Amino acid sequence: MRTGRAQAELLLGPEAPRLRGTLCVTGHHLLLSPGPQDLWLLLLRNVDSIEKRVAGESGTITLRCKDLRVLQLDIEGVEATLDIARSIEALSSLESVITSFPFFYRPKGLRLGDAWHFHPPESYYKRVARETKAWRLSEVNENFSLCPSYPRAVIVPRAVDDKALALSARFRQGGRFPVLSYHHARSGTVLLRSSQPLTGPQKRRCAEDEELLRAVLAGARPGAQGFVVDTRSAQAAKQARMAGGGTEAKAAYPGWKRLHRPLERGRPLQESFVRLVEACGDLEQSTDHWLSRLEGCSWLAHVKEALSTACLTAQGMEREGACILVHGAEGTDSTLLVTSLAQLILDPLSRTMVGFQELVEREWIQAGHPFQLRCAHSAFSHARPKHEAPTFLLFLDCVWQLGRQFPLSLEFGEALLLALFEHAYASPFGTFLCNSEKERCLCEVRSQTHSLWSRLNQPKEQRKLRNPLYVLNPLALWPSVEPQSLQLWQGLFLRWTRPPEPPEVAWEKVWQIVTEKRKTDDSQPTASASEPQP
Amino acid sequence: HLKLRQVENVRLVDRASSKKAVLGTLYLTATHVIFVENTPDTRKETWILHSQISTIEKQATTATGCPLLIRCKDFQIVQLVIPQERDCHDVYVSLIRLTRPVKYEELYCFSFNPKLDKEEREQGWMLVDLGEEYKRMGLPNNYWQLSDVNRDYRVCDSYPSELYVPKSATAHLIVGSSKFRSRRRFPALCYYYKDNHASICRSSQPLSGFSARCLEDEQMLQAIRKANPGSDFIYVVDTRPKLNAMANRAAGKGYENEDNYSNIKFQFIGIENIHVMRNSLQKMLEVCELKSPSMSDFLWGLENSGWLRHIKAIMDAGIFIAKAVSEEGISVLVHCSDGWDRTAQVCSVASLLLDPHYRTLKGFMILIEKDWISFGHKFNHRYGNLDGDPKEISPVADQFIECVWQLMEQFPCAFEFNERFLIHVQHHIYSCQFGNFLCNSQKEREELRIQERTYSLWAHLWKNRADYLNPLFRADHSQTQGTLHLPATPCNFMYKFWSGMYNRFEKGMQPRQSVTDYLMAVKEETQQLEEELETLEERLEKIQKVQLNRTEVKSKQSEPGRHSGFSTSDNSMANTPQDYSGNMRSFPSRSPSQGDEDSALILTQDNLKSSDPELSANSDQESGVEDLSCRSPSGGERATSEDSSKDRDSDEAVFLTA
Repeated sequence: MRTGRAQAELLLGPEAPRLRGTLCVTGHHLLLSPGPQDLWLLLLRNVDSIEKRVAGESGTITLRCKDLRVLQLDIEGVEATLDIARSIEALSSLESVITSFPFFYRPKGLRLGDAWHFHPPESYYKRVARETKAWRLSEVNENFSLCPSYPRAVIVPRAVDDKALALSARFRQGGRFPVLSYHHARSGTVLLRSSQPLTGPQKRRCAEDEELLRAVLAGARPGAQGFVVDTRSAQAAKQARMAGGGTEAKAAYPGWKRLHRPLERGRPLQESFVRLVEACGDLEQSTDHWLSRLEGCSWLAHVKEALSTACLTAQGMEREGACILVHGAEGTDSTLLVTSLAQLILDPLSRTMVGFQELVEREWIQAGHPFQLRCAHSAFSHARPKHEAPTFLLFLDCVWQLGRQFPLSLEFGEALLLALFEHAYASPFGTFLCNSEKERCLCEVRSQTHSLWSRLNQPKEQRKLRNPLYVLNPLALWPSVEPQSLQLWQGLFLRWTRPPEPPEVAWEKVWQIVTEKRKTDDSQPTASASEPQP
Repeated sequence: HLKLRQVENVRLVDRASSKKAVLGTLYLTATHVIFVENTPDTRKETWILHSQISTIEKQATTATGCPLLIRCKDFQIVQLVIPQERDCHDVYVSLIRLTRPVKYEELYCFSFNPKLDKEEREQGWMLVDLGEEYKRMGLPNNYWQLSDVNRDYRVCDSYPSELYVPKSATAHLIVGSSKFRSRRRFPALCYYYKDNHASICRSSQPLSGFSARCLEDEQMLQAIRKANPGSDFIYVVDTRPKLNAMANRAAGKGYENEDNYSNIKFQFIGIENIHVMRNSLQKMLEVCELKSPSMSDFLWGLENSGWLRHIKAIMDAGIFIAKAVSEEGISVLVHCSDGWDRTAQVCSVASLLLDPHYRTLKGFMILIEKDWISFGHKFNHRYGNLDGDPKEISPVADQFIECVWQLMEQFPCAFEFNERFLIHVQHHIYSCQFGNFLCNSQKEREELRIQERTYSLWAHLWKNRADYLNPLFRADHSQTQGTLHLPATPCNFMYKFWSGMYNRFEKGMQPRQSVTDYLMAVKEETQQLEEELETLEERLEKIQKVQLNRTEVKSKQSEPGRHSGFSTSDNSMANTPQDYSGNMRSFPSRSPSQGDEDSALILTQDNLKSSDPELSANSDQESGVEDLSCRSPSGGERATSEDSSKDRDSDEAVFLTA
């Protein structure tokens, strides 16, 4: 592997000033030092695609990053250009987890092992146990033998023993048997998630799996009904039987009804993302067709579908008092999208700074969303997408839409969502590494890398991430999913093309107003009571 | 013209979910249509001004009654169902007549009385003073002078009587030039940029035909250039598409020939005419009216309407002029055909970009007064205040107001006023409640003695200015001072659909919490606290002096909960789920055998029992609980039919096949 060093000029964006200095490629970073004190740094893992051009005595490298930035490097010397390009290409696509940067990153002020104390199933179980006695924490998956993509502990109906869980797991794709995702105390109902049942063409049944879902209804509000929200179309679910999958037959699960709410996933979703980013980056396009291009990307249609499915789920729980099981096929993508959004709609706690982090940890990271596979490439890669899909980004976009419609109800601001997007795709922290808890254990992620949460919870960061307008809203948030109410998330998709100043200036002003209020609150003289009454 | 005054048992249909409707009484008055709900505790009222009504549509009678669809110019759509066909017909006929007044005296402003005395009314009309405004620009000066050539509207009846023209332009020159311009709208000053002497002037198209020339007109443009001593040329901006301008030549009109005028640079900016704009708005409103459109339907419809493309064209023209003036220091003459629609839009957008004064509350009123009212924008024709030619109607001012909103979205700190202010100005352009926007010209307004007989909108808005302030306004920030700089890249995606205007009566579609209102409340409370703090500190000082004298110190006690903090308005919290089931009308309900009423009741009791009092109170505000019972029967029926379906595999839950 060649590591290059050369004189270069860096162009960070259409209206940004150029940086000139010595360019250098290290094992994990691209460095440019424009002066003795300054250092510009790019994590090589962030590079999504690289394009090189040489002309005469110099060359140009265009780096398209996973966080959607486009950088241009003008490098002196043809040989140097090619060397650096080769190095970046090789180093940015390394797949080994344990040699990745998080295993070497040792920032000042953070201690290894800090903030890995998020043990969502356990800590969440404590919350559930306060509210109901019908559920228990099971360590049946202690060594990940039942389900490799589940964490060690899961919350299951008290009435079902570990042996039955094991049998149910064998009846579900990837062993993802139904587990509790959220307990809605107000209506006494629960939200569950799983993968598809392996009914196959013979329409197999599994008594333990049926028993599990029966126990769910028995443990809920008396007379509660169940709904299975299948994130595939009825057609697709039926076809899945041919490949050994399927869906819950009504006769086998009394009290449960099925709803199909097809959500886009996999490659079409990735392509939608790619097309949208392409449209947003095309500054030369004729001005007339922006809206039809936006329509052609279908991204906003996916946002609408995801939000309305989550709303329907939440509505079923709060308004109809029903228990809801969500699954698609594998139960690691659109399933998590729906369950996490439904919680955000219903649960005021999950809208706090800590609660939202916990939600992401519990419903995405621990629940086995395969981040490594899904976020291997972002929107610029020319490689044929294999497992990539921006499901997590779709989730963040839906959260942003919710925050736009309820600007006072989320304790965190857009900056947290942007940070999560960046770190999911390329991060010096270990939080989003690997595809499951099992893999993270094997790689010793918890002991060898720093947690993103400990960085985000530093006071300096918090000020950037908090929503100064936040006021606790104890109610459910019912967003509008009409097209008129959903907008392109400019802060993300146009982040590097629109001028950043106006929103920042506004943000400062909001802080100023709110801080002034707090100051006057604090400076109320406590001595006033000693004033003698005239 | 009232065939009847009151109809009982009318239903007002909720457009968001057609199943919901409220029963009430419909009243017709000389000025309003009023619907009062029967619900005893609220008796909510819906008032619609006759002048706001755009179209009335009588639809086919159904079993429940005769539906009447009223579309308003402020984008409200009201659907009423009147039990008796005859009553419906009478209401329809009365409204048709009432919404098409033939005399100005029939309009609301002549009967509207806000209980102000004569003096207050006169003061109200003096709030916006254009003489002062030209002084603020730095006029008159060595280059520009006030001309009385149009005194008594002798030269041009659609222009104001007082105008600024280049000092070197004699009355002879002006009259000569006016004869060479459509409707004699000769080049006059619109805005003067005192930093570099560049100016924006406006006129109508020249009557050049294929070859005609006018020496005075050529000298007039020369005079404008000379009034900007540093510059070698002026821009002449024709805001029409080139094709339109060329077509006008056949009618003896047209555009300036660069060869005939020394030192001009001629430029077309293709903004479409009023007919194209009227149709575009119509198409966009049809999209807004769609019931539960898909994202594709909406985006395609919006694109096909062309509305945002037209908004961008107007903005581009404004940006071009602002740049020419501020960056190049070149004066610009703007015209379209008659110079009262596109020209007004473009000049005021450019002024707004150039001068922070116009981005203040008062400054914006002045801008509208100057570029629109005084320069003869034909409010009566464009907004159909009196019954007239429907082809004259066009949303010209609406487009300008939207341009301002688009700028506000891009520069959240640059404007002293907020979105509500724009919406209210738009409302009153159509409402005819105040005299400001009456008639087509100053001359007509003077003849009608508008200022003696009606009230001024500006005074009304100014009095309530607390409602219209933007809490984020930063007059002191470098970014909001001087000219607003838009990014150089063609940022077509910066232009967004304005649902706060075009869907503003569909409350469910709007953000459920208002940042503006919240921040204004915070600011107000901070101010109150500071004032309190000041008085308390003063008193404390006095007390301490007394105490020192007595050499006595009393123990300090704190006063807990003296102020309980502010709360956001109630409606920001109330929120109900909408129809998330796409093409199905309702959420699946339990089958009837399980007793829907009972479970609905249980749900209610659960809510009431909730430990958090605020929570249960709010839950009761939400109407969802009632919904359950009215939805369940249909859900149940579907459940049975679905169960008996032939395909045993499709045991999917009930409501998928609607």
